[in-house]
Amino acid sequence: MANIGLYIELKDGSFKKSNRELLSLARKGGHAVHAVVFCADVQPFLEEMQGVQSVIQVTGADLAYQPERYARTLAKVIEEYKLEAFLGIYSAQGKDLFPRLAALLKAGLVNDCLAVDLEKRQAVKPVYSGKLLAEYQVEGERALFTVRPNVIPVEPAAGGTPQVKSMTLDAGEAKARIVEVIQSASRKIDLTEAEVIVSGGRAMKAKENFSILEDLAQVLNAGVGASRAAVDAGFATSDMQVGQTGKVVNPKLYIACGISGAIQHFVGMKTSKIIVAVNKDPEAPIFKKADYGIVGDLFTVVPLLKEELKKALG
Amino acid sequence: MNIYACIKQVPDTEASILVKDGRSINETNIKWIVSPYDEYAIEEALKLKEKLPGSKVTAICLGPDRVQNALRTALAMGADAAVHIECAALLDAHNTARALAHVIGADKEFGVIFLGRQAIDDDASQVHLMLAGELSLPAATNVLAFSCDGQKVRVEREIGEGAREVIEMPVPCVVAAAKGLNTPRYASMMGIMKAKKIEIRKVPLAETGADETRNRVRLLKLSSPAEKPQGRVIPGEPAAVVQELVKLLREEAKVL
Ligand SMILES: Cc1cc2nc3c(=O)[nH]c(=O)nc-3n(C[C@H](O)[C@H](O)[C@H](O)COP(=O)(O)OP(=O)(O)OC[C@H]3O[C@@H](n4cnc5c(N)ncnc54)[C@H](O)[C@@H]3O)c2cc1C
Ligand SMILES: Nc1ncnc2c1ncn2[C@@H]1O[C@H](COP(=O)(O)O)[C@@H](O)[C@H]1O
Repeated sequence: MANIGLYIELKDGSFKKSNRELLSLARKGGHAVHAVVFCADVQPFLEEMQGVQSVIQVTGADLAYQPERYARTLAKVIEEYKLEAFLGIYSAQGKDLFPRLAALLKAGLVNDCLAVDLEKRQAVKPVYSGKLLAEYQVEGERALFTVRPNVIPVEPAAGGTPQVKSMTLDAGEAKARIVEVIQSASRKIDLTEAEVIVSGGRAMKAKENFSILEDLAQVLNAGVGASRAAVDAGFATSDMQVGQTGKVVNPKLYIACGISGAIQHFVGMKTSKIIVAVNKDPEAPIFKKADYGIVGDLFTVVPLLKEELKKALG
Repeated sequence: MNIYACIKQVPDTEASILVKDGRSINETNIKWIVSPYDEYAIEEALKLKEKLPGSKVTAICLGPDRVQNALRTALAMGADAAVHIECAALLDAHNTARALAHVIGADKEFGVIFLGRQAIDDDASQVHLMLAGELSLPAATNVLAFSCDGQKVRVEREIGEGAREVIEMPVPCVVAAAKGLNTPRYASMMGIMKAKKIEIRKVPLAETGADETRNRVRLLKLSSPAEKPQGRVIPGEPAAVVQELVKLLREEAKVL
């Protein structure tokens, strides 16, 4: 049995879905689990965190995310509670926070894990953009891991109500300061955590045409992605790019519209549970990789598909 | 300002990667490139140099002898100097950062250090922030917009859902580039000629304090993931096809 810590990530004050994946992973194996949450009121989240031994609530005058303060606070928690392994989500914030924490603690970190063995401190992660898998051993007093969203199966929270403990946010100097957070005009679904993604390629031909993908996405409650060709042509923004130099996504359903299926795109979405391809060229490489292919013009197929789904999903 | 770009040499994005003896990859027929995000790092370093007269860009790469080609690319794009940290061993992020910090820290006038948000071979995504840790510098990763007046840096970084954080920090600092930051320039013929004449400074790993035996993260095994079985194309007229697809997604794939 080990002392395991979790960084529970909140997004605009609410509990991120991927926290459940972390909790499910940590609850296995009978470890003493300590979950750290930076918030003014921890009560609303306690039910989700049943079965963990303690919830360490970090409070302070200004709890807005500042990476240096958050990292120092977590380092202190890890030392005080003698946590041997510490887990977080491989999210935008996790990617920013965990390497800082690893640097402060001089601890080994494996990012983007698909599986973690907390007992042995071993983890499996994709390398070469997912062309290979690597198994790593973390050495030293403590081990840090971030876990890829949508991979670990979620099990319902069970067990006793955790004990709430408290910790004060580090208020020391922050050399790099977040001075503003700019929200996008239209609130987009985070592709790295989306369950369904509709993506468009060069074949979309114009920025305006992405609206047909957005209409389909709305029916499916999906995020909208793009190939690099679509981004480079200015049809889509760079935060929408899926692939080796874009986002790695892992949805249940990925619908690729007018995307040829170049290796650099494929490695960004190949772990999707189901891949659907719509392409007018029957020879397009994407058909070798898609679970279901439709040979046809996306401008005909996508609107039909939207209508059909609307009927089916009520 | 003495500006730095840390770059890694990685297999070409098209390359199919095969495992050799369980812990390394088969390097025959692999074309090596500068990791794509590191090209953005070089470009941003060059743009900053153009903005601040009297500045100098140094590219650094740690790796075996072949990485000198990556440094030549950086020089051909316009870097003024290059440092090769000679290392054939597999280092973890802490050790890599330690070695880079040793070289950069020896320069008392270093300013902004650019890196990529991740190297597309190990995809570790941590050397930048560990380098910042080693040198006690402020840092920002996943940077899409950068400006600097010589003293202060302001960046925007993507945090998902189309949102951005705006970060301010003093120089010296570490900035890790994302796609969208800039469009890397191509090396000109003149640049390529000039690059050939610049001597690459070599630093043996042993001088840097980095050492494979100090790795905190050790590679146990590499393997190829299971391939997806080939899918199928649904035949028929568009209206019938989409009907069939929805049925399959519901009843067979169970993803709706
Ligand atoms: C270093 C590097 C990094 C890269 N990183 C990425 C990355 O992160 N992500 C990425 O996506 N790419 C990346 N690429 C680019 C990649 O190699 C491909 O060029 C790109 O993915 C192609 O985009 P596409 O499929 O939209 O365009 P194309 O390859 O041009 O394909 C368009 C497809 O649309 C089909 N089509 C045309 N009209 C219609 C229609 N009306 N209806 C249906 N189908 C139609 C065509 O048959 C064709 O198959 C990278 C490349 C390099 C060199
Ligand atoms: N061997 C290396 N030599 C120089 N820079 C490196 C090296 N490894 C990593 N880096 C830099 O650190 C960034 C992040 O790498 P990584 O943490 O390995 O994903 C890369 O984009 C490079 O800028």
